[in-house]
Amino acid sequence: MTERTIQVEILTRVEGEGGLLLKLRGSDVERIELRIYEPPRFFEALLRGRPLEDVPDITARICGICPVAYQMSSVHALEQALGVAVSPEVRRLRRLLYCGEWIESHALHVYLLNAPDFLGFDSGLDMASRYPEEVSRGLRMKKHGNQLIEALGGRSIHPINVAVGGFYRSPRRDELERLIPDFRWCVDAAIETVRWTASFDFPDFSRDYQMVSLIHDTEYPMNEGDVGVLEAGPGPDGGRGAERIPVAEYERQFREDHVAHSTALHSVRVGTGRPYLVGPLARVQLNWEHLSPTARELAREFGFDRTCGNPFRTIVARSIELVHAYEEALEILGSYEPARPARNTYAYRAGAGCAATEAPRGLLFHRYTVDEGGRVREARIVPPTSQNQGQIEADLRAWVPHVATADDATLARQCENLVRCYDPCISCSTHFLNVRVERA
Amino acid sequence: MKPKLAVFKFASCDGCQLSLLDAEDHLLAVAGALDIAFFPEATSRMRAGPYDVALVEGSITTAHDAERIRAVRRDAKCLITIGACATAGGIQSLKNWADHTDFIRAVYATPEYIATLATSTPIADHVHVDFELRGCPINQYQLIEVIQSLLAGRRPRTPSHSVCIDCKRRGTVCVLVARGEPCLGPVTQAGCGAICPAYDRGCYACFGPAAQANLAGLTARLASDGMRPGRIAQSLRTFNGYAPAFREESDRLADGRDRVDEVRR
Ligand code: SF4
Ligand code: SF4
Repeated sequence: MTERTIQVEILTRVEGEGGLLLKLRGSDVERIELRIYEPPRFFEALLRGRPLEDVPDITARICGICPVAYQMSSVHALEQALGVAVSPEVRRLRRLLYCGEWIESHALHVYLLNAPDFLGFDSGLDMASRYPEEVSRGLRMKKHGNQLIEALGGRSIHPINVAVGGFYRSPRRDELERLIPDFRWCVDAAIETVRWTASFDFPDFSRDYQMVSLIHDTEYPMNEGDVGVLEAGPGPDGGRGAERIPVAEYERQFREDHVAHSTALHSVRVGTGRPYLVGPLARVQLNWEHLSPTARELAREFGFDRTCGNPFRTIVARSIELVHAYEEALEILGSYEPARPARNTYAYRAGAGCAATEAPRGLLFHRYTVDEGGRVREARIVPPTSQNQGQIEADLRAWVPHVATADDATLARQCENLVRCYDPCISCSTHFLNVRVERA
Repeated sequence: MKPKLAVFKFASCDGCQLSLLDAEDHLLAVAGALDIAFFPEATSRMRAGPYDVALVEGSITTAHDAERIRAVRRDAKCLITIGACATAGGIQSLKNWADHTDFIRAVYATPEYIATLATSTPIADHVHVDFELRGCPINQYQLIEVIQSLLAGRRPRTPSHSVCIDCKRRGTVCVLVARGEPCLGPVTQAGCGAICPAYDRGCYACFGPAAQANLAGLTARLASDGMRPGRIAQSLRTFNGYAPAFREESDRLADGRDRVDEVRR
């Protein structure tokens, strides 16, 4: 029986440094490792002893693509520790900022990172000659997302305006209102995006996922909710069949294991030891009822009101979320009232707080313990990609037999394509991913 | 022939290289003028060196990376560091002051799997750097300016004055004088456009020390406003904390009544 080792030294078009190792005997997978060799940066440790006000600025630097997610999970957790509530205006502004990040991150992934796999290109830039309209549409959609973050946060990467208790300054109305015309254009562009990605040729591949996402009674989840767990199965669910776990219970229900081939940690459900899926595919299916009207119609039209276990179709879910994010942003922009004060004050007290928010790539959990002097005693961060890593490996194991007759280069490429569907963020997961394929 | 560009990543958050993909209006023009030979975050096509320009993001934190940066240098005619991680060691250089084993234990349950150096050091500690771009993250327009000047064969121009001067230019009311907010703008290199004070907060020095910054003058002022030396030292020890000017001043302050360990605890 032929033995093969296939190694993808550098996973491309993903955020951060990882690889993939596959060992095959015939079409049997002997070993599969998503290797994360991104050097660890020890954020939890370097936060210790810092004033809690530093936390949103420092944790933002875990990831240049989703800094807002880190800022959001950290301020919510710290506010809980301090017992400080935020005003409804601040809450809306935070959602608006999060819309900006989903847009910037999703548009980047859909157009520049993931679409090339379906259309047979090495990069989004290479696509520009054959698909000039699409590429410039994607770039413009992304640009307006970045402009939104800039208007609210001062700059698009590592925005500087997020504070414990609110914002340093509420944007003036004119700073936000001028975005409205472009956002109207973006809603249509996002609808086009859904139709375009839904027309791609998807491999016939499906998994029985345990899907995990925040769920909320009245809105599409971003900043708050319970942790919803939906076991794959037929029929429409919309979160109704989902098990609900309070965020405070997260650490008792999910566990991170440290594995040797990775500087990331693998998450599993406590009890069953089963890996699970976070991110747009899970989020849309657990929450499709709370999507904006246009996005909800599209979700129904393309079958996301039922269980969809095809990871390759995540690009369509991500595009549907783009429609939602632009529509919700438009709604907030159109009725914007500056928060006064921009930030609620608080007194230091010793305590602990935890929070989960929905980063573009999925659920992001933070927990902090602070002392009476306002310093961080302990920090714990569980990023979406480390939660997905176990599931990615399990999916690769199931995917390889479908493509095992291919030559090494094609097989490696097919595996990489699958990995990219989860939009892994490796910088986040180190404390987090390498695709090498060994055919034994 | 178009100049060959490569983008390399070491310990970092990807934010600085993302600045290139975020230059939406210039991206296709840049991609047309340059031969993007190695940029894994953007393209699956990877070609071997030598390269005309290497953009390097991130700091050196593993023995393997210390080797890798030498190979990058050998392959690059011009090596440009992008961002605070690459030019000063980044936020991860905070571990340079700490007990490394404790750091590993704080994050990983099974520390024996982790191979990392006890320090995070800037690229220039390892190899010759031709030009550096500051910032956490870098400013997109500065990056475009650097690429355009390389294409035109001239040396890139970036400012060396302080954030303070840019606030005056913008007409931002001084947060330090008017509101007593601690602000590192007077000692921080310009480049961001003086964003933070325009959002009613002090600058936290993400562009690193300005040339000839009067650090002792500023820290004395912050102390007279009531900030403890330990806290002042800590505020210098962030994204550019390991840059020599900030490192020396923070060590000087921490050696006083507030000891290094108190800062850390
Ligand atoms: S300098 Fe800042 S933005 Fe740039 S890679 Fe490092 S952490 Fe990220
Ligand atoms: S004002 Fe200071 S901290 Fe803020 S973006 Fe500029 S250099 Fe960075």
